[in-house]
Amino acid sequence: MGTGVLGGAWDWLGDGANWAGENGVWNRLAEHVYVSGLALALACAVALPVGLWLGHVGRGGALAVNISNAGRAVPVFAVLALFMVSPLRNAGYTPTVVALVLFAVPPLLTNAYVGLREVDRSVVEAARGMGMSGRQLFWKVELPLARGLVMTGVRSAAVQVVATATIAAMVGQGGLGRIITAGFNTYNTPQVVAGALLVALLALLVEGVLVAADRLVAPSSRHRRTLRTEHS
Amino acid sequence: MAGRDSCLVANDWLCWEYVTSRSQELTEATVQHVWITAASVLIGLLVSVPLALLARRGRHWAAPVLGLTTLLYTVPSLAMFSLLLPLFGLSASLVVTGLVLYSLTILVRGVLAGLDGVPREVKEAARGMGYGPVRMLWQVELPLALPALLAGVRIATVSTVALTTVGAIVGKGGLGNLIAPAVTSSFKAQVLTASVLCVLLALVADLLLLGVQRLLTPWTRTAAKGA
Repeated sequence: MGTGVLGGAWDWLGDGANWAGENGVWNRLAEHVYVSGLALALACAVALPVGLWLGHVGRGGALAVNISNAGRAVPVFAVLALFMVSPLRNAGYTPTVVALVLFAVPPLLTNAYVGLREVDRSVVEAARGMGMSGRQLFWKVELPLARGLVMTGVRSAAVQVVATATIAAMVGQGGLGRIITAGFNTYNTPQVVAGALLVALLALLVEGVLVAADRLVAPSSRHRRTLRTEHS
Repeated sequence: MAGRDSCLVANDWLCWEYVTSRSQELTEATVQHVWITAASVLIGLLVSVPLALLARRGRHWAAPVLGLTTLLYTVPSLAMFSLLLPLFGLSASLVVTGLVLYSLTILVRGVLAGLDGVPREVKEAARGMGYGPVRMLWQVELPLALPALLAGVRIATVSTVALTTVGAIVGKGGLGNLIAPAVTSSFKAQVLTASVLCVLLALVADLLLLGVQRLLTPWTRTAAKGA
């Protein structure tokens, strides 16, 4: 791919006609953001509490770690296809959202579990020795210390969900993947490149937003962490 | 009457009639799936060893190699296969190339982790015994790197089996080839059978590689038992 193709993609993106209408960039982008955002939020709501709880009680380690390996073996395309031949096909964006949730839950769960187990055991023992209850231990010691790792897992899941949501186009569902498949079907390489660039940019943007959100929460927990180190 | 031939007409999810009547189609798709996956992982491994050796030469090599292979992984598979179209046309080599590029992320890291795990004393002892760099790599470092390397191969194989289905966009997706048209025609038995076969394929490949791993690295088991 030389500059010719990239230049062609740039021209494609510069043409206002490609941004309007149902097949236009704005609509496909909105669909993509809606579908991947909802899927990520739902996946976090399911996976994080379970993973963190398993890590807190120190049980189900084999399950929590192996579930992400098992998840790798299930093709998102096949899951989507199964939903599309079930009654779910008439439920709007639901098939894509559910498939992406199933795709994102395993790595999120594993990461939350590992993040919590990575917390220095001596710190946990010390907190327990100070008479902290299980709940206090979780909220005041384990969660703040595991936050960094858990957030890294959420970020990589977010990028993967944004990239994978393009597969929805293969079963005729919406999102930026449709720009790629439409370009593919008409041998319009600049359009394919433009679609891929849009997905990559969205992934970078999501990563950036999550890093910024993380920084906003970070100072307070860093403050608490230094205080705790002084105490111990 | 729920006869033997009615499940195709009734479009049931489970249909043995489908499996027997389309066994040739299913076998062909499975065979294509297996060879595309095997070729991709093997070529990926052949490419990732020199890349890992390059990355080991210092930070100015490691950063670009690891950065680039990680970046490749975030390219959507649909876009990857579409972008390779002008280079390869509608061919299996297109799908294999895309899958090789994806496998590099996992394989380069696996090889690197294996090589990094070789104890320094072992390498010094080998050097003291007069091993040159090539003999050291083949007879000392790579054998000791095998456990981590094979762990990487297992992960790469399982994800490649799943990703191969997306090759259906160019008609070379193994079992994915059966899934794509069945969605259009709402053929439930075909979607379910091909999907289940795909997951089974990943499972069998993983177990086979686990067996290979145990055969090639018997010392890891005795070490684990001793500890």
